Amino acid sequence: MGVKIVVEVNGTAQSHEVEARTLLVQYLRDVVGLHGTNIGCDTSSCGACTVLLDGESVKSCTVLAAQADGRSVTTIEGLAEPDGTLHPVQSAFREHHALQCGYCTPGMVMAVVSLLKENPSPTESEVRLGLEGNLCRCTGYHNIVKAVLAVGATAGATAGATAGAGAAAEAGR
Amino acid sequence: MSILGNRVLRVEDPKLLTAGGTYVDDVELPGAVELCYVRSPHAHAGVVSIDTEAARRAPGVLDVLTAADLALAPIVQHLPGIPAEMARPFLAGDRVRFVGEAVAVVLAETRAEAADGAALVEVEYDPLPAVVALEHAASGETLLFPAAGSNVAARIAPAPAPSSAPGAAAPGAEGSIFDDCEVVVSERFVNQRLAPCPLEVRAAAAVLGEDGRLTHWSTSQTPFAVRQALAGALGVEEGKIRVIAPDVGGGFGAKNGDYPDELLVGVLAHRLGRPVRWCETRSESMLALGHGRAQQQTITLGGSRDGRLRAYRLEVVQDCGAYPLLASFLPHLTRAMASGTYDIERVEFESVSLVTTTAPVVAYRGAGRPEAAAAIERAVDRFAAEIGMDPAELRRRNLVGPQRFPFENPTGTVYDCGDYAAALERLLEASDYDSIRAEQAARRSCGETVELGIGLAVYVEITGAADLGGEWSAVEMLPDGTAVVRTGTSAHGQGHATAWSMLVSDALGIPIDAVRFVQSDTDLVARGVGTFGSRSLQTGGVAARQAAERVVELARELAGELLEADPADLVVDPGGGGIGVVGTPTARRSWAELAAAAAERGTPLRAEVDFTPPGGTFPFGAHLAVVEVDTETGGVRLVRLVAVDDAGRILNPLLADGQVHGGLAQGVAQALLEEFVYDAEGNPLTTTLADYLFVTAAELPSFESLRMETPTPRNPLGAKGIGESGTIGSTVAVQNAVVDALAGRGVRHLDMPLSPERVWQSLAATG
Repeated sequence: MGVKIVVEVNGTAQSHEVEARTLLVQYLRDVVGLHGTNIGCDTSSCGACTVLLDGESVKSCTVLAAQADGRSVTTIEGLAEPDGTLHPVQSAFREHHALQCGYCTPGMVMAVVSLLKENPSPTESEVRLGLEGNLCRCTGYHNIVKAVLAVGATAGATAGATAGAGAAAEAGR
Repeated sequence: MSILGNRVLRVEDPKLLTAGGTYVDDVELPGAVELCYVRSPHAHAGVVSIDTEAARRAPGVLDVLTAADLALAPIVQHLPGIPAEMARPFLAGDRVRFVGEAVAVVLAETRAEAADGAALVEVEYDPLPAVVALEHAASGETLLFPAAGSNVAARIAPAPAPSSAPGAAAPGAEGSIFDDCEVVVSERFVNQRLAPCPLEVRAAAAVLGEDGRLTHWSTSQTPFAVRQALAGALGVEEGKIRVIAPDVGGGFGAKNGDYPDELLVGVLAHRLGRPVRWCETRSESMLALGHGRAQQQTITLGGSRDGRLRAYRLEVVQDCGAYPLLASFLPHLTRAMASGTYDIERVEFESVSLVTTTAPVVAYRGAGRPEAAAAIERAVDRFAAEIGMDPAELRRRNLVGPQRFPFENPTGTVYDCGDYAAALERLLEASDYDSIRAEQAARRSCGETVELGIGLAVYVEITGAADLGGEWSAVEMLPDGTAVVRTGTSAHGQGHATAWSMLVSDALGIPIDAVRFVQSDTDLVARGVGTFGSRSLQTGGVAARQAAERVVELARELAGELLEADPADLVVDPGGGGIGVVGTPTARRSWAELAAAAAERGTPLRAEVDFTPPGGTFPFGAHLAVVEVDTETGGVRLVRLVAVDDAGRILNPLLADGQVHGGLAQGVAQALLEEFVYDAEGNPLTTTLADYLFVTAAELPSFESLRMETPTPRNPLGAKGIGESGTIGSTVAVQNAVVDALAGRGVRHLDMPLSPERVWQSLAATG
């Protein structure tokens, strides 16, 4: 039995008829043809398939494609600017060597984007707990945590500068 | 200024970060038949019958094959001494020997239809007794291979070790190697079974071309070995087969082998003339990808009360699982470094490798060496506790001195170079050892329930073992001014594209992004062994560097002719300008010009090199773990992990650090969390990532990683391997820390993983 769905994937509307049992990750990989999102387990434990659904991270193996109908999905392929400028999380992952084999990376990056959206300047322990659902076998997480903290520190500095500017404006009034 | 030794960002990353890698299951193969295996739910059983009728009638199912249909000879292992009767079949015939062994394969139009069809295959089993405990396997009461006559797959006899000490007691009837020891400690350790868990599971895809050549994509660390195995199974020349390992999502040793379920993809594509593909699920992978470790060890360590170690015996029982693959050989590596970094006069080793009704055991990060390090380092701590000496001091008194190299240890292994004492002292200083000991004492004196534990390991390990051969590489300068480097090694996350590009770019003076890196394709690479055992840089990297240097020599000869100059006056322009006369910027030929001129003459600027090192290299280091143990709950928290590692000269510290971090995490994982568990009936209990305690970010601290660089004389780069050393030191350092935390409460040894329950039970037992 087919289900008709319309999903915005990385800014482009996609319209397909899918089997009702199709998982979002299968839809992205096999129907839309975006292979960046990986499958690493069958118990929703590893997080390799993490994507953004309406801006929030989800494990796309625990969402039916039908549930994404009328919503927007962002995968690793849609994260950089259209001109190729890397998202700050992508840049930080490269700068800090936060990836090796790359298999967990798309999911890990999307989880980090979501984590930083909720908590722009997390502590190390907040990062570690926040990424508990994303497994990596290569890096020992050391450089992943470092990369996230680096992006967080930049965000914190920007926020601090904004707050500081606000305070100065307040004082000058 | 040479780029070598600098922190260079990876050339692999942009694609991996923006589009993701191209892994085997990403390879487009329209019209491919999908495979799904029917796997045994029994640990040990006779296969009475297989009814495939219902499955054959299921929608989309094309065929169902059993061992009888395949008519393939078992897979021959290229390891010495394994009984021929224990060879592994492609599909189980009249007997299954572990839960997860494939008994039939369903071919269908889609993956879902193949899985649905597999569920309809009816297999009638006649259960046999499971053999899980090694004692049971050794007894021979139940044989996995009756024709072999025993469950023994391999053995290392207790040959008397060469002794340099005249008059030392000979082992055997006259006395034991421990006769002159004032203190002798003995203990039995379990180095538990682990699941390697690369994030990418195994997959394969294959297609027979119109030219009759088979292309087979494999998640392998050793594509040439896959080609050899496929050629054997198909009975065709290796040249008729192309094996490609595209991006591979980690391996850790476990993707280094001839897996029947993977090879069958190529075999069936060849027979059917239709593309075939397969990808296991994680739950299947936990059962059917090889496991690691699985050693039982009995140690005896003797010495004097003032802390001089004199004699050591290590007896190993290696669990091979159902079929003897690499595990049967692992005790050789354990033996080779049994005495570790210590100068112990007399060492005895014996081992037996047994088959059991569990998943086959293969290499896993360290492969036999973490087991050796765990045994000796735990034994040294046990001895230190016995004589009441600080474990750092006991180590200090017994390390092989820096002036002793090359050093032949009592099991006959010749260590190339090292300074173990320097690594230990650096570690103690960096970690502020005395202060942690003081804090530990303070906590104890005021009876705190959360104890502090400090664990040490001073390790040496073996990388690039010479008997595994060398590696091939070719470098070619193209008329567009870029270079291509081809290598026989097969990276799967290590960053070889970056490392090899650095080596070539530095030799030719061209930018790193002007180098194209080619690996893991048996049509594009002449020959290769693969990436495992921390061997790649010291074999394939050296070959690439030497090939690039030969290209420079060819180019200098050519430029000499073109410029009418003496080649001896010609040098490579490090700014990418090609080759020119020293001090005369105008007298120069660019690489593009040189390559074009060479091509015109029909002698491309191309060189290839096979480099085989004269012997293995011996990375070493010292690791220290600090743990907090809650004596009320048994909970362990790793507070610090400090690591000093020396892998010779470092090419790119960014890559080296990454290797160490990953290794450290896997060591902590074994010490505290991970174990693949079978019950007494051989049922696996940890078959998903929800049950198997795969280490996460939340259980780890940031690591404190320090480097020493003692270049090895055994290759021109001075490089030793660094892929596994993190695991080799850290595992037992963490284990030692937990035992140390509880030493005041009467605990002398605890096996891994140090789960809260195990720790709590030990405290309950000691009162």
